[in-house]
Amino acid sequence: MKILVCISNVPDTTSKINFTEGDTKFDTTGVQFVINPNDEFGLTRAMWFKEKQGAEVHVATVGGAQTEPTIRKALAIGADEAIRVNAEPTDGFFVAKQLAEVVRNGGYDLIIAGRESIDYNGGMVPGILATLLDMNFVNTCISLEIDGSNATAIREIDGGKEKISTSLPLVVGGQKGLVEESDLRIPNMRGIMMARKKALNVVEPVDAPQPTQDQKFDKPAAKGPVKLVDADNVGELVDLLHNEAKVI
Amino acid sequence: MSVVVYTESEKGKLKKSAFEVASYAHKVAQDLGTSVTAVTFNTDDNASLGEYGVSKVLKISNDQLATFNAKAYASALAQAAEAEGAKVIIVSSSADSKFLAPILTAKLNAGYVPNVVAAPDSTSPFVVKRTAFSNKGFAHTEITSDVKIIGVSNNAFGVVENSVSATVEDFSPSLADDAFSTKSVEVDKVAGKVSIADADIVVSGGRGLKGPENWGMVEELAEVLGAATACSKPVSDMGWRPHGEHVGQTGKPVASNLYIAIGISGAIQHLAGVSASKTKVVINNDPEAPFFKAADYGIVGDAFEVVPKLIEKLKEFKAQNA
Repeated sequence: MKILVCISNVPDTTSKINFTEGDTKFDTTGVQFVINPNDEFGLTRAMWFKEKQGAEVHVATVGGAQTEPTIRKALAIGADEAIRVNAEPTDGFFVAKQLAEVVRNGGYDLIIAGRESIDYNGGMVPGILATLLDMNFVNTCISLEIDGSNATAIREIDGGKEKISTSLPLVVGGQKGLVEESDLRIPNMRGIMMARKKALNVVEPVDAPQPTQDQKFDKPAAKGPVKLVDADNVGELVDLLHNEAKVI
Repeated sequence: MSVVVYTESEKGKLKKSAFEVASYAHKVAQDLGTSVTAVTFNTDDNASLGEYGVSKVLKISNDQLATFNAKAYASALAQAAEAEGAKVIIVSSSADSKFLAPILTAKLNAGYVPNVVAAPDSTSPFVVKRTAFSNKGFAHTEITSDVKIIGVSNNAFGVVENSVSATVEDFSPSLADDAFSTKSVEVDKVAGKVSIADADIVVSGGRGLKGPENWGMVEELAEVLGAATACSKPVSDMGWRPHGEHVGQTGKPVASNLYIAIGISGAIQHLAGVSASKTKVVINNDPEAPFFKAADYGIVGDAFEVVPKLIEKLKEFKAQNA
């Protein structure tokens, strides 16, 4: 089985979010970039398939040279090879078209991407990719087992979960649950050394339209101070929620 | 040229989110000088969509579509959109909508923008406001493709009445076998409990509750309010509560009208996932907990004393306002 894990290079979850160039660009000053958390769960599950089922695991990202430390980290965790499509990932459809080309050239059976990136939260790349390639697709996937060409997945739905039976080739939009938080791996020294020798192939993008463009960013309006209610006067909170906030 | 809207239902009954996306579609249709066509799947109360500005319902009745199937639903919606010559399609932010919208996007070669929180900034050029950076920012995004798909964030636009009379037509999409190549084997839902995505009110507990045995009062508070229950990430990591209740950046997003956080300090990742909620209440014994900076109302105090009192006061309130 040949697996491609799609990686997004995103600001660390604790980053302060600011905008620059007249609020048209995300300000990367002082921002630490990491593997998108939803992708990292998928990468770790792919490592399980590598170790238990002999899968070959590649990672791909669409991004500039500045994303290479993040890709190297994925290699240090244990991916065998990496592909970087040399383009800025400004639109989900555009990114999916680039990844579709990577998949066509690499002949993968299973593609694991995160259900969404934590920066632009588009959540569309896995589904568009699957449809472009005419592959099966499971989103918000929290469990994945592969047996031959059969796949059994569990996806999170609103208010519960759903067990799904499907087959390879398959694209998965993954999230926490594919593996547990405690299963995530920190690269060790040996992994980091080995990652330096692994192939990181840079390919140029194919022509593709960008149907959406972010024109401007802004931040939520500053919030007023919290209104504190005395612990001995809980009835006042009920009053405020009813008469002021009008939510009950 | 109508605006097509995908309406979600449960057990044959339209959900509140269906009326919200219909209301949004009505606003867009007004801006564009056209009308709204809703697509329903195996629902009985189709004409009620007229109250929210839908003038035509394409009613799909098909046993194969009794359980949600993203590929098959997307295929049916694509056919409905083509039959209507629709240039704008509206979906919600439910797990199902976020599953099918990308498929529909690829099928129709469309531009898709999810997490939209307001009526379009303008329709020419077509610009919508959406959340980005996990609710820490907003993006104003232009869609330049011929067909545009908008995912409306829950509770952002609200349900708006615009009574028109809706005509209901049967619609029978042709579905190839390969539309069912992913099969639902089993759906596991807690019966009679409102889901986090559908809830107007969410009551959430954190590590401050000390152990899973103390969740009785959270459940009771939720029951009094008709709310969904949720929890912070450490609570789900420790196995005190099921994963499906974890809300935050890597868990479920919350965009309820009221979010009550009990014993949750308010880590930045947690706040990112819940800050789209309109009114936030925090109950915590630590006055320095970061959540107090993000909340609208707060009580500094022991949850084990405050929550039972709150339940009591809410019961009195409900008895008076019944």
